[in-house]
Amino acid sequence: MKKVLIIVAGLLLPVLGWGAETATYPNDEIEIDWDDKASMQRGARTFVNYCMSCHAASYSRFNRVGQDLGIPDEQVLENLVFTTDINGDKTKVGELMKITMTPAYAERAFGVVPPDLSLIARSRGVNWLYNYLRGFYVDESRPLGVNNSVFDKVAMPHVLIEMQGYQKPKTVMKADGQGGEHEVIVGFELIKPGTQSKSEYDQTVHDLVAFLDYVAEPYKQTRKNVGTGVIIFLLLLFILTYFLKKEYWKDIH
Amino acid sequence: MNDKSSTGGLIGWIDDRFPLTKMWEEHLSKYYAPKNFNFWYFFGSLALLVLVMQIITGIFLTMHYKPDGEMAFESVEYIMRDVDWGWLIRYLHSTGSSAFFIVVYLHMFRGVMYGSYQKPRELIWLFGMFIYLALMAEAFMGYLLPWGQMSYWGAQVIISLFGAIPVVGDDLTLWIRGDFVISDATLNRFFALHVVAVPLVLLLLVVMHILALHEVGSNNPDGVEIKKHKDENGIPLDGIPFHPYYSVKDIVGVVGFLILFSVVVFFMPEMGGYFLEHANFIPANQFQTPEHIAPVWYFTPYYAILRAVPDKLIGVIFMFAAIFLLFLLPWIDRGKVHSIRYRSSAFKWLLVMFVVSFIGLGYLGALPLSDSRTILARVYSVGYFGFFLGLWWISKNEKTKPVPERVQ
Repeated sequence: MKKVLIIVAGLLLPVLGWGAETATYPNDEIEIDWDDKASMQRGARTFVNYCMSCHAASYSRFNRVGQDLGIPDEQVLENLVFTTDINGDKTKVGELMKITMTPAYAERAFGVVPPDLSLIARSRGVNWLYNYLRGFYVDESRPLGVNNSVFDKVAMPHVLIEMQGYQKPKTVMKADGQGGEHEVIVGFELIKPGTQSKSEYDQTVHDLVAFLDYVAEPYKQTRKNVGTGVIIFLLLLFILTYFLKKEYWKDIH
Repeated sequence: MNDKSSTGGLIGWIDDRFPLTKMWEEHLSKYYAPKNFNFWYFFGSLALLVLVMQIITGIFLTMHYKPDGEMAFESVEYIMRDVDWGWLIRYLHSTGSSAFFIVVYLHMFRGVMYGSYQKPRELIWLFGMFIYLALMAEAFMGYLLPWGQMSYWGAQVIISLFGAIPVVGDDLTLWIRGDFVISDATLNRFFALHVVAVPLVLLLLVVMHILALHEVGSNNPDGVEIKKHKDENGIPLDGIPFHPYYSVKDIVGVVGFLILFSVVVFFMPEMGGYFLEHANFIPANQFQTPEHIAPVWYFTPYYAILRAVPDKLIGVIFMFAAIFLLFLLPWIDRGKVHSIRYRSSAFKWLLVMFVVSFIGLGYLGALPLSDSRTILARVYSVGYFGFFLGLWWISKNEKTKPVPERVQ
């Protein structure tokens, strides 16, 4: 049996070990701490202030965010709700986090409709977001004056540029494996500092990504808690059913 | 009236009007199964468990889901966030579909290992294969319903395969979709088929599968016929009543399975993008093709075969042949010995080759194309089809070991 398994593994070897595509810079990984509600609260504030003019999180509700992150409804209304409903009244706290800008208008303004961000952390992953939001650099050839090292020719302006400051890329030439060479970004150089230091900005982005991770699956914590209980119960049940089976099978030889 | 069922009381009253006790005895308390079932025999009852779970969770999902091109994606997120325990119901259902295939693949592999498809169980195998086919249709149509990018483009790619059929191909794809592209019309009909039509077919086939099994009796890891040796009452010497022996044993299997299943549902419902693909968290957009379209993992072996063939039509033919050959297994295998325990080493190596090829193809089918991968997919495809050819070849005059008279 062991021999067979080794051979099976050997024959499958060629398909393993094909790594991911070549990584872009920056390529850092982050760990989201779901117990750090303060970080998520700061992220929520950044989100509504800087992202929510163009991006909605329209599967999420304001008061649900409040409940989950420990913000009372009044504070949610005061600090997170800046939109109005179709009557021009301030959006109610139980409403979905939609935006006023219509997709048709957005398309005319930006050429693309800014995607809804409710699930962006699940489609892109938190690491990608963390790197993307730190990957903007000055590029005069682009209509908005910035480009992105993670998402080349992105249509989004760098809305956090005041905080991060202006940076330009450091590049080297690298062989592309097909005989040619091309420029690769390996780092950034700050040319005009922003209101935050590098580590402060990294934290701001971290907080924002933590919020996006939360908003993509608000029930994640509940899911894991329930799961732990369910599995403990099933393990006990397993022992019970195992001995029940053994008892019944005593007389079978 | 006969008096064999005169148990009296309520049961007796029912028995005079409906074969309740008779059915109970025939299928459970007096259905004699071989006493030597091993680990591999859990997967039949587990498949039934998953089927029931899919139906129940599916009913609850249907209460909140909206089969509408404008609302489908949103309604799924509504279920996940605003419906009480909606996330659990949905994850049970989405994980259940993958679990269904894992269980069914292992169940089928058991059948091949122990020759469960061989005479006189050919019909059981055929019904089982039709279940597998219906299950693929069910899963394929169900996958469109969340209306994400991968739902949409996966369906687009698979349906377009029918376009490779000469003459009628284009009209056929149009007929299936009900539109020139995947659209609201497609979503609505897939919903109808997914929640009503195919489940009915599945249930009917499962009943037939089990009836056929209980007619001829179960095979076992030794592949010997337990009905050959009966006691004075006509009960197989190596048989034990399914209930209570296998009912209590299967419950252990059920709980064991549920533990593993719960680990996925509660701690890794996306399974690294294999059970729920990342791109499916983006709403379907007919103007934007995802960079890489891959079907869900349980279809990837066949998808890899399709891509390994340069010509689309021939690729489609090979893909369907890969499934069709499984139907023919009872006749391709000309051997008389059932179990791998007493078959030749040639059989064992063929089976190893088959498993390696199937897994290899499955892995490759999920990856973007490249030259080296295409070559490898061809090698594995040869391995896949080589199994059937080899089996037909070696099974005629196979050098087998002596088979015991009774189970060991």
